[in-house]
Amino acid sequence: MYVAVKGGAAAIRAAHELLADVRRGDRDVPQVDLAQIDQQLGGAVDRVMAEASLYDRELAAVAIRQARGDLFEAVFLLRAYRTTLPRLGDSEPLNTGAMQVDRRISATFKDLPGGQVLGATFDYTHRLLDFELDAPDLSATTPVCTAPPPPRVGDLLGADGLIEPNPDDGSTPADITRDPPTYPASRAARLQALSRGDEGFLLALGYSTQRGYGWSHPFAGEIRRGFVDVEFVPEELGFAITIGKVEVTEVDMVNHFSGTEDTPPCFTRGYGLAFGHGERKAMSMALVDRALRAAELGEDVAGPAQDQEFVLSHCDNVEASGFVQHLKLPHYVDFQAELDVLRRLRAERIEEEALKEAAE
Amino acid sequence: MLEGSGFEDPVHDAQRSFRALLNVLSEPGTIATLPQIDAPSLPAAAAAIALTLTDRDAPAWLDPSFAAAAQWLRFFAGAPIVTDLREASFVFAPAASRPQLAALAQGDPAYPDRSATLVLTVAALSNDPGWRLSGPGINGTRDLSVKGIDLDFLADWHDNRARFPRGVDVLLVAGDRVAGLPRTVQIEPVHIGESACMSR
Amino acid sequence: MENEPQKAWMRALALAPRARLEEARDAIADAPGFTRLRPTETGLVMVRARVGGSGGPFNFAEMTVTRASIRLDDGTIGQAWIAGRDTKHAELAAWFDALLQDKARRPALLASVIAPLERERHAQDAARAARVAATRVDFETVVRGA
Repeated sequence: MYVAVKGGAAAIRAAHELLADVRRGDRDVPQVDLAQIDQQLGGAVDRVMAEASLYDRELAAVAIRQARGDLFEAVFLLRAYRTTLPRLGDSEPLNTGAMQVDRRISATFKDLPGGQVLGATFDYTHRLLDFELDAPDLSATTPVCTAPPPPRVGDLLGADGLIEPNPDDGSTPADITRDPPTYPASRAARLQALSRGDEGFLLALGYSTQRGYGWSHPFAGEIRRGFVDVEFVPEELGFAITIGKVEVTEVDMVNHFSGTEDTPPCFTRGYGLAFGHGERKAMSMALVDRALRAAELGEDVAGPAQDQEFVLSHCDNVEASGFVQHLKLPHYVDFQAELDVLRRLRAERIEEEALKEAAE
Repeated sequence: MLEGSGFEDPVHDAQRSFRALLNVLSEPGTIATLPQIDAPSLPAAAAAIALTLTDRDAPAWLDPSFAAAAQWLRFFAGAPIVTDLREASFVFAPAASRPQLAALAQGDPAYPDRSATLVLTVAALSNDPGWRLSGPGINGTRDLSVKGIDLDFLADWHDNRARFPRGVDVLLVAGDRVAGLPRTVQIEPVHIGESACMSR
Repeated sequence: MENEPQKAWMRALALAPRARLEEARDAIADAPGFTRLRPTETGLVMVRARVGGSGGPFNFAEMTVTRASIRLDDGTIGQAWIAGRDTKHAELAAWFDALLQDKARRPALLASVIAPLERERHAQDAARAARVAATRVDFETVVRGA
C-alpha cells in the first residue's frame, strides 16, 4: 500500500498567501493599526493576554491583527512567542490591597467602607445597538485627590471570624509551566491553571455550580479593578523595585459553609484574578476555585466543576484547540488501517452467515 | 568588580554553540570548537557551554576550583548556583576532582530528561586511539583519546549506562574543544598492540 | 531604609513614557557616555499574586520585561528593569540610575527630572480618580418609621 505524504508544500504556501490576502481584505479600507486595537478593542486585548498568560498589550494587539480577530488564534500566537523569551525571574506577589481602584463593588454590603464605585461597566446598559457611538468629553472633570485604597470586604468579615482566613503555608508555589500538574493539585497550581483557562469554559463551569452541579451558594463579596505595581528583586540590587503596572480585576467570592467537627460554620472563599477588564473571567474563576475545594472542605465531589482533573486538564484552550484541530491533519494511514479492519470484519460476517445458511 | 564577559553576539553565538553541542552529542566522539569566552577560572569551552545551556531554570554546580566563576555565571547566564549536587542541571568539574556519576541527578523513568549533564574539563581531546566508542550516532566505532581522566571513569560509565533511560550525559572539554558522551554510548579501551585502523 | 530614594527614582523612571526620558536626557549638557555591562535583554517575569489577595503566593501569569546594565565612562554602574520590550527605555532608565548614584548630581536631577515625572503621574492619577469618583453610588436611604 502506498500513501502520499509529500507534495503539499506549494499548496500550503499558496494557502498562506491567500490567508494574508483575505486577512487584509478590501485594500480601499485602511489597515487597522496597533494603537486602535489597544485603545478601542481593549476587551479583546485583555482576553488574549489573560489566556495567553502574558501581559503585553502591544504584543496582544499584534497577535489579534495577525489572527484577523480570531482570539483563540491570537492566544496561540502569543503563547508561541512567549516560548522564545527567557524567564528572568519571579515578581513579588501583587499587592492588590494597594490598588488604585477604577471599580469596586460588593453584593454583600450596601454601605461598605470605601463605597460602591461602578467605574466603566457594561452593567445597567440596555444592550441596544448604537450606530453613532459618541464618546463624551470628560477632560474637564475637576481632578480630585486619589482616595486611599478601600479596605477589603473579606477583612471586615474576618475581623469577626465569620470568614476563613486566606491560607499561607509559606511554601514556594507550584509552576505548571515548569512541572505539569499532578493530582490532587495544590491550590496554587489550580489558580495558575484557572488564570490562563478559557473564559468560556470557566464561565460554563461556574454557571453549572449555580445550577446544581456542585454545591454552591455564592455572593460576590468584592470585585475590584485597577492598576497595581509589579515589584521585582533584581539579584544585582538585592531589593524590590517597581518595574511597571498591570491592570487586573480581582474577585473575592463568598460561600456559605456549614462547618465540620473542627470548624464552626463560617464563610469560605473562592478567588478570581484576571488581566484588564476581566470581570466575567475572574467571577467564573472564583466560582470554579471554590468548587475545586470540595474535597478539602469535606463536600461531595458530584459536579464536573468540582473534579480537579476534569477542570484543569481541559481548561487550556491552546491545548484543547490543538487536540481537537489535529483531527483535520492527514490520517491517511490510520484510516486505511481502519478501512482494512472494517472490510475484513464485514467479509468474516458474510462468510459466517453463508456458513450458517448452509448449515440450516 | 565584575570579571569576564558574555557572548559577543548573544543570540547567534548561543545558536552556534547549541548546534555544536547538539552535533557532538548526536555523533558521539566527534570534536567541535566553541567560541572563546573570557570567564574567571572556567576554561573557554566550559564557559561557552555555561552561557549556552544554563539559565534560571537550569541550575549549575561548580567545583571549588571554579568558584570564581559563580558571580560571572549568575550575571551573564542568570543561572542559580547550587551547593547540592543533586539539584544541579549542569555540573562543572575538572576531571581530577570529578564527582561520581551516580551522585548527580539521574532523572526518573517518566522524565529521564531531568538528569544532570556533567561538564568535565580534561587535559586534551583528540580522535587518536584511546577509547573506542560505539552506539547510536556512530556507524561502527569511533576513536576518542581523552588525556587526564582517571581509569575508574570507564567503570563509572558502565554503571551509568546500566541505569538507562536514566543517567547522566557528559561533555568533555579541553581549551575551546568539546566532545560529547550521551548516556547511550559504549566505551571500550583500545588495548595496546591493537591498531586504530582495525576498528573499522 | 537606605534604598528608599533609589527605589523611588527607579519607579519614576520605569513608569515614565520613554519620550519624557529622552527629553530629560537631551536637557543635560554634560551627558556622559556609557557602555553596556551585558547586552540589554528582553525576557519574562512570572508575576505572582496571593491566594484571596492576602494568602500564600501563586504564579499568576507572565509579563514582558527588559533589563539593562550599563557603565558610565567614569565607571558608575546603573541598572533598570522595565515592563515591556523597549530596550531604549531600559537603557535610558539605567543611564539615569547611574547618574543619580553621583551624590553631586543627585539633588539637581531629582528636582529637574524625577520630581516632574512624579508630578505628571500624580496629575494623571488624579484626573482618572475624578472620572471614577463620578461613578460612586450614593444610596438614598428612605427613613422608615419616622
